[in-house]
Amino acid sequence: MQKYFAFFRLRFTLGLQYRAAAAAGISTQFAWGFMQIMIYKAFYDAEPGAFPMTFSATVSYIWLQQAFFALFTAWIVENEILDSVVNGNIAYELCRPIRIYNIWFSRSLANRISRAFLRCLPILLVAVFLPYPYGLSAPASAFHFVVFILALGLGLLVTVAFCMLIYALTFFTISPQGLMVIFTSMVEFFAGAVIPLPFFPEKIQRIMELLPFASMQNAALRIYSGSMSSPEMKRTVLLQVIWLFILTFCGSALCRYAEKKVTIQGG
Amino acid sequence: MITMENVCKSYRVAKRNAGFKEACKALFHREYEVIHALSDVSFTINDGEMVGYIGPNGAGKSSTIKILSGILTPDSGTVFVDGRIPSKDRIRHVSQIGVVFGQRSQLWWDVPVIDSFELLKDIYSIPNHQYKKNVEELTQLLDLQELLRSPARQLSLGQRMRCEIAASLLHSPKLLFLDEPTIGLDAVSKIAVREFIKKQNELHGTTVILTTHDMQDIEALSRRIILVGKGKILLDGGLEEIRKGGSNIDETIAELYRSFEIQEG
Repeated sequence: MQKYFAFFRLRFTLGLQYRAAAAAGISTQFAWGFMQIMIYKAFYDAEPGAFPMTFSATVSYIWLQQAFFALFTAWIVENEILDSVVNGNIAYELCRPIRIYNIWFSRSLANRISRAFLRCLPILLVAVFLPYPYGLSAPASAFHFVVFILALGLGLLVTVAFCMLIYALTFFTISPQGLMVIFTSMVEFFAGAVIPLPFFPEKIQRIMELLPFASMQNAALRIYSGSMSSPEMKRTVLLQVIWLFILTFCGSALCRYAEKKVTIQGG
Repeated sequence: MITMENVCKSYRVAKRNAGFKEACKALFHREYEVIHALSDVSFTINDGEMVGYIGPNGAGKSSTIKILSGILTPDSGTVFVDGRIPSKDRIRHVSQIGVVFGQRSQLWWDVPVIDSFELLKDIYSIPNHQYKKNVEELTQLLDLQELLRSPARQLSLGQRMRCEIAASLLHSPKLLFLDEPTIGLDAVSKIAVREFIKKQNELHGTTVILTTHDMQDIEALSRRIILVGKGKILLDGGLEEIRKGGSNIDETIAELYRSFEIQEG
């Protein structure tokens, strides 16, 4: 366990090194957040009754989404991992007394957390002080907040476990490009990154909520604003645990199979 | 002790002719060629030996190293390293060996070298006192004082290679595999690296297997040579047996390659 934590620590401190990237990220997130809020404002002004969430709940959803962007967005993958498979540097990692799946998992986790760590505080701070209804409102209750934190953590783990499938599949496809395009667009759409899941037609929404993508950001962001009932929250968190279990199982099995069949590219 | 018996390994390589038309054709029908990187390779290496593993490019040297270090699984044949089967027992096996791939890097690019070392300490669960002792010894022998605090990306190739070698020895492995450790190094660094490997073998009895194209490496380091070509072992013997008279070592080896007709081309 200590081995994997050491990986986590090094990757985390490495992530904190890139200050300019963090500053750029924060300003992008602000611009994007404001833009989305403007668009929704126009929609809500036209017909407020037609929406499943209140305007203020939607705004909170957007701000949290921007603040924790790095935890959930699909395109933040560890390029070094993909490169190591493509150019053969994985030879060195296979020479270590560690499970490949586990180090990659802790690396990706550390990368996301260190990015989010630098970016979330300024965004949350500003969003809290924006005037109602354009700011981040308080959580529905203390209980909701606790469940929100739990769902946030689980959502992050599910996202990383899903990205692990990309790494493992790269062993077989040689280039990660195609996989990345398919996986990232699927995640962005089905996870509620483009529009929140409650905005989809009800029948489609019912299916989407069972998919692993709904266990990523959707769960935490909706629990925060109190738009779920208690049994719904319980079911959502349980589903997150189940998906986390399934995805890590598939990923590590795939990884182990790939390790046996691996060829090292580039001599 | 290392034993390899009748080991075979082949790769499937996609091939096509040059040009757009050929590329389109390859979308529908792809031709593969099976390359036999190793066919029926057998040898035994005892503890504390220093062996030079030589052969022209593409002879199967790196494949052998990768099989011995548990990265690749052989198609057939048996491999035993100190009683372990490397590919079956990878995690237990690799904790006892050190590997340097001359054309790759194991150091983290953006952080000081010492951070990479600390990570390796945790990965191999090296006890504190042993880690301190090893870092001190390696720093002294490889002259690393000034280097450890700089990021790996800002080191020269020779400096980096010294750090790479140190990184592979932090956990005091009994076995050291060096895949072209002097590639691209200048004369001073080459000599430093050779001296160091020699000392490591004398001081700690480390078994060293070395692949290289630099015959001076072989001359300086190994008494035993295994020559491979086209995936087969052609010669296994002492350096003196191979050398005829006092001729230059490079010419001797070139002559050897020609006589076995293993030079690519």
